[in-house]
Amino acid sequence: MQIIISNSSKEPIYEQIINQIKSSILSGDLKEGTALPSIRQLAKDLQISVITTKRAYEELEKSGFIYSIVGKGSFVAEQNLEVIREKKLKVIEEQLSAVIENSKEIGLSFDELQELLELLYEE
Amino acid sequence: MENVVELKGVTKAFKGFSVDDINLEVKRGFITGFVGANGAGKSTTIKMMMNLLKPDHGEVKVFGLDYKTNEKEIKERIGFVYDGNVFYEGLNLKDIKQIVAPAYKQWDDELFNYYIDRFDLPLNKAMKKLSKGMQMKASLAIALSHHAELIIMDEPTAGLDPIFRREFLDLLQELMIDSNRTIFFSSHITTDLDRIADYIAFIQDGELVVNQSIEEVAENYAIVKGELELLDQDTEKAFVEVRRASTGFEALTNNLKEVNDIFGDSVVIENATLEDIMYYLRKGGVHHV
Repeated sequence: MQIIISNSSKEPIYEQIINQIKSSILSGDLKEGTALPSIRQLAKDLQISVITTKRAYEELEKSGFIYSIVGKGSFVAEQNLEVIREKKLKVIEEQLSAVIENSKEIGLSFDELQELLELLYEE
Repeated sequence: MENVVELKGVTKAFKGFSVDDINLEVKRGFITGFVGANGAGKSTTIKMMMNLLKPDHGEVKVFGLDYKTNEKEIKERIGFVYDGNVFYEGLNLKDIKQIVAPAYKQWDDELFNYYIDRFDLPLNKAMKKLSKGMQMKASLAIALSHHAELIIMDEPTAGLDPIFRREFLDLLQELMIDSNRTIFFSSHITTDLDRIADYIAFIQDGELVVNQSIEEVAENYAIVKGELELLDQDTEKAFVEVRRASTGFEALTNNLKEVNDIFGDSVVIENATLEDIMYYLRKGGVHHV
């Protein structure tokens, strides 16, 4: 698992950890059931305080991305991935609808829109 | 969370200086950083934790026990790493081990040898011939060799070069992989604590002015910069201390949420380091525990 912490970022460190673990889970880099490093090991590896990694894991657990077993550690949760994907897809659908609406307002054709999307997607 | 150390209303007065009504809890399994300027009362407080000084008033409990009835048991479970060389400086580590080991029930020769190896410590060289960093490692090795649950360190990084300091902080984090271990360490070098401390206790003129987890500190404290015209009697209340210059103001807040509500995007907000907090609290002299 790769996590890069920026000390100069405005985003709090625990949030950086949460977001990076989340995206590793969503992208499939972290598979269901995979053991995560312990809170203490992660703190040492990232050279940050234990209480910060603890908070990150607690919030990941609350939102169902990981689960913990006392004495064994934390693991990537199994059930929620489909649901999360669905949710994300729904958000994307909504956002695309807004894009289409905006495009129609200024008379942007489907081909032009597709071209624009391709251009941005490549970046 | 379990408290390893509890100070309740601890007061100690000397001529011209006092530590006043200190209430402090040290949580098991975490690193608590004890910050304050030179002469703020850090060493006095630590001495009372170690029963090297008796408070005039108040209660000191370690592992839930009282020094009056359980001094020996408490001391067995504490490792004390002191600023400077606590051992007789003509002795070498081998001699010191011979003297110290029998004093502890839990002394572990194997562990001692492990740390000697790990820290590259010479067994046969007199303590006074070792560098400051090596002396500190030597006293840490001894503390660790009797399986101390609580490691109390008074200014362990003072006088260490930056590379050695980093190595030392890495080592502390390695020790904290054991969730039963607690570290309490004082420092006036706040960057040590920005990196690894879980809880911050900040003492100023003998009073504890901040005692929060590093997450709470990050959530509440921030440096705010903006144009002078944004300041008035009401808006200034959001700040602990404001520094004005002709180009604008810079201020410390301990209520980041309020600052966001009042100023929104009209100001620049940056993370406050412990040094920032120490500096502005010192100037502001505002007390809020």
